[in-house]
Amino acid sequence: MKRTRILITGVGGQGTLLASSLLGNAAMAEGIPVLVSEVHGMAQRGGVVESTVMLGGLESPIISRAEVDILVSFEPLETLRALDRCSSGTVIITNTSTIVPFTVELGQAQYPDTDKWISVLRDKFRKVIAYDAKALAGRAGTPRALNVVLLGTLIGTGVLPVSPERMKETIRKKVQAKFVEANLQAFELGMKEAA
Amino acid sequence: MHLLLTDQPGGKLLLLGNEAITRGALEAGTAVSAAYPGTPSSEIANSLYHLSMEKDSPLYFEFSTNEKVAMEVAAAASAAGLRSLTCMKHVGLNVASDVLMTLAYVGTRGGMVIVTADDPSMHSSQNEQDNRIYARFAGLPMLEPTSPQEAKDMTIAAFEISETLELPVIIRTTTRTSHVRGPVELGALPARKKPEGSFERDPGRWVPVPAVARTRHKILLDRLSKSGELANSSPYNKITGTGPLGIVASGVGACYVADALHDLDCHEDVTFLRLGFSFPQPENLLLDFLKKVKKVLVVEELEPFQEDAIKIIAHENSLNINILGKGTGHFSRLYEYDPLKVKSVIADILGIDMKLPDIPDIPELPTLPLRPPSLCQGCPHRETYNAVKQALRELDLEDKAIYPTDIGCYTLGLLPPVRMADYLLCMGSSVGSSAGFSVSTSQTIVSFIGDSTFFHSGISSLANAVHNQHRFCLVILDNSTTAMTGHQPNPGIKLRPPGYDKPRIAIEDVVRACGVKTVRKINPYKKDQAVNTFKEVLAQDGLSVVIAEAPCILYLKRVGGKK
Repeated sequence: MKRTRILITGVGGQGTLLASSLLGNAAMAEGIPVLVSEVHGMAQRGGVVESTVMLGGLESPIISRAEVDILVSFEPLETLRALDRCSSGTVIITNTSTIVPFTVELGQAQYPDTDKWISVLRDKFRKVIAYDAKALAGRAGTPRALNVVLLGTLIGTGVLPVSPERMKETIRKKVQAKFVEANLQAFELGMKEAA
Repeated sequence: MHLLLTDQPGGKLLLLGNEAITRGALEAGTAVSAAYPGTPSSEIANSLYHLSMEKDSPLYFEFSTNEKVAMEVAAAASAAGLRSLTCMKHVGLNVASDVLMTLAYVGTRGGMVIVTADDPSMHSSQNEQDNRIYARFAGLPMLEPTSPQEAKDMTIAAFEISETLELPVIIRTTTRTSHVRGPVELGALPARKKPEGSFERDPGRWVPVPAVARTRHKILLDRLSKSGELANSSPYNKITGTGPLGIVASGVGACYVADALHDLDCHEDVTFLRLGFSFPQPENLLLDFLKKVKKVLVVEELEPFQEDAIKIIAHENSLNINILGKGTGHFSRLYEYDPLKVKSVIADILGIDMKLPDIPDIPELPTLPLRPPSLCQGCPHRETYNAVKQALRELDLEDKAIYPTDIGCYTLGLLPPVRMADYLLCMGSSVGSSAGFSVSTSQTIVSFIGDSTFFHSGISSLANAVHNQHRFCLVILDNSTTAMTGHQPNPGIKLRPPGYDKPRIAIEDVVRACGVKTVRKINPYKKDQAVNTFKEVLAQDGLSVVIAEAPCILYLKRVGGKK
């Protein structure tokens, strides 16, 4: 397959690492060469948590400027922050519900008008899919399935050679039994957003 | 059953580099392991811990109180003939370096592996020291994996090399190779039988008094030279291609080079040497390599470790060849590299015009608010900091107070609105530096240390403070766990992970046994009582210890099963 660099970004506690691990496991099950890089430690305490999924034989675990093929962002401010690694050919999938950083609450900075910026992005990048993934996760039964909603959209775009069936099989294997049904439903709802 | 016990030889798991090291240790039949946690090494220790807690596990693991102790535990197990492993973050090896330097002299019996996980760019560390230098300093062989598969394979190989040379073998990872997940092909697991070691007394070998140490140093150098021969023929030192530009790389640098050669489609222009068995340098292999190429580029993060070694080999063999890297300004000694940086340098040297994809111009994008890591909402440390601040304010001492701090979540007390972290060096430095400030200034000194850090390296400094009559208030933030690195147990914990039945050592007992007379305990959530306690101890001039006892809220949720 074509070498593909996927950047997954969000805020500590949003489940970005589970998302990258699920995608990595599904890719491995498809027989695709895969690497997943993760951020651990101090940065996880409410900070930005980025992970990458590198498909098709790449050896580098991280992504440089203009190298992102697909950006999956769990939070709109983080979408803007990741743009320095995107090019006009990047496909952007982003949640629109916000997590306001404490630096804003303390009045040290302003939270940007993300609706406005996302509409700007639509003109500048190959494809932008933006919606309230948290609300969809809530409809599936748990707001914590936000990560799987976004994975659903990613797989739904068809840009990766990972089938929805493979992804669902991975969810059944890797997600705690009591959350499997809600996650599968979240995945389906996310898939529909890609259409 | 733990994922790492999957018994399917030939099957594949998607493992972190760190988990792959643990799996390698299992496949190699490691009997004894010990560690103090530290990012980016922690998942090795965590997985070893969970495996050791499995029913009838043949593996012994302990969270030792610090890296020095952990290395001593592993060293003695090896001396008793068992395979052993210890792992730590790069600065942890400083703590264990006293052991390391002499362990190299007395050597090992059962295979022994020391994992050091370095942190270029300081994602979660106070410095970015290059621990490859420890391999040279101590005179020990070193392997550097570039992928989880290699991490597992090299761990197994390291045990074999260790037993061939009777020396401990260092495996050096970095944040990127520790925290990358990739497919790992499983090998067979040995029989789950607990091995028993046996130590044969031989003071002429194991007790390095000067006469013995003199003999052992010579033996070490002989073995190091034998180790160089192993490096020459190691499958982890691989040359590909025959082009005129030689590139030598190790660790994640080798990954960036591999991808750059693909992206630039320049394999024909390059002879690429991947150094996996990276100390001692494979001198014969490097010499052959240098003779084949027109110039050499060395790609390695941090210090010019291989670059300098290659320059020496070139010089000693009168080879007039350009060696490019840090000396020529192509690369920096600062921070980690990234794929584009490495690709740009290679393109530049080869004269390839590298085009970046089109980057959309969004000139009006505002400055984005940052998300610095912070203490969790409801964290007991916040309450303690606030109580100290209020007590100092009420005593009119706030302006001249200084706050030596230590290593843990509470270092985040540095940030606004708390701003109560003024001086930090290393694990335990809060206590020793408070002593120094107390003899140098008349300022009010309130220092902070966590429960795990106190056991790691606070106790001897506290005894020093009592004996030398230093004047400060030490606040021990006892949240009943080692929170920052992922909630590992320590000797003082009240709140215990399931199945953890080791005896508890109460911090208060230790503090009193050190001779501290003014010892108070507070519940940081009881604000008035906490403020009053601090006012009382801060109004006097001597040494006091206040233990702020309340469990980490994340840990409480996890252990309480409410996750």
